[in-house]
Amino acid sequence: MWIYEKSLERPVKISRPDPAFAKLVITQYGGPDGELSASLRYLNQRYSMPTDKAKALLTDIGTEELAHMEMIAALVYKLIEGADPKDMEAAGWGGQYAQHNHGLFWTDANGVPWSAKYIACLGDPITDLAENMAAEQKARTTYEHLIDLTDDPCVKDTLRFLWQREVVHFQRFGECLNDVQEHMSKMNTWCGYEMRK
Amino acid sequence: MNCEKQMSMLKKIQEMQFVAVELNLYLDTHPCDVEAINDFNCAVQMLEKRKKAYQDEFGPLLNFGFGGYSKEPWQWAMGPWPWEM
Ligand SMILES: [Fe+2]
Repeated sequence: MWIYEKSLERPVKISRPDPAFAKLVITQYGGPDGELSASLRYLNQRYSMPTDKAKALLTDIGTEELAHMEMIAALVYKLIEGADPKDMEAAGWGGQYAQHNHGLFWTDANGVPWSAKYIACLGDPITDLAENMAAEQKARTTYEHLIDLTDDPCVKDTLRFLWQREVVHFQRFGECLNDVQEHMSKMNTWCGYEMRK
Repeated sequence: MNCEKQMSMLKKIQEMQFVAVELNLYLDTHPCDVEAINDFNCAVQMLEKRKKAYQDEFGPLLNFGFGGYSKEPWQWAMGPWPWEM
């Protein structure tokens, strides 16, 4: 079960509305390396993990990613607050206005809708943890690109926080991968199946 | 109005919750680090205190009964919501 906490993980502030940047940062909402993809990827992989530690870590990072998704949503909400159709069009986001007005939608920065193809689950713990480490690096890189694309110090501050969390998650997944590998070598199993000689 | 006070009390919770999140993830991969477990328990204790003070004033932080009692009218359905603050 999940319980909703009526609070962001960290406050989200902006200096001024900026629909043009909202159009870019939406990729961390519904893009391939965004927070929706991250949370679903990790929560979904729990069922094929061999150790309690791995199940715990995927539960916790998956849950934190849901909180990051909410921070990105809050950021987009604020960046387009008060923007009228002309503002949206001038920002290159007329298509958003036409289809969604101020409603949020799961797309990347190019308007491509979210797809389950963005997440992987091979059911092999080594493969899936390695996938997650790559995913964290891709998210980190995307945040770096986004930080380059805004000059609002408040927005940069939020993005830097999220950037830093990806670095921590990468570290924890690396430790988890080592632990799972050790566990599997002791169990004389590979990929959850007994080795047949 | 009261929003300033609410935001500053919430910020104190967010700060301590971040300590708890970070230690929680660390402990998931370092379950025998006694010092970190002590730090985690300390953070939980502080967090409980701060949450109680906030909830006494502004109503439940968590839904479904996890956030304590409600005054009248039903406090859960009152803004501001997190993305509006
Ligand atoms: Fe992450």
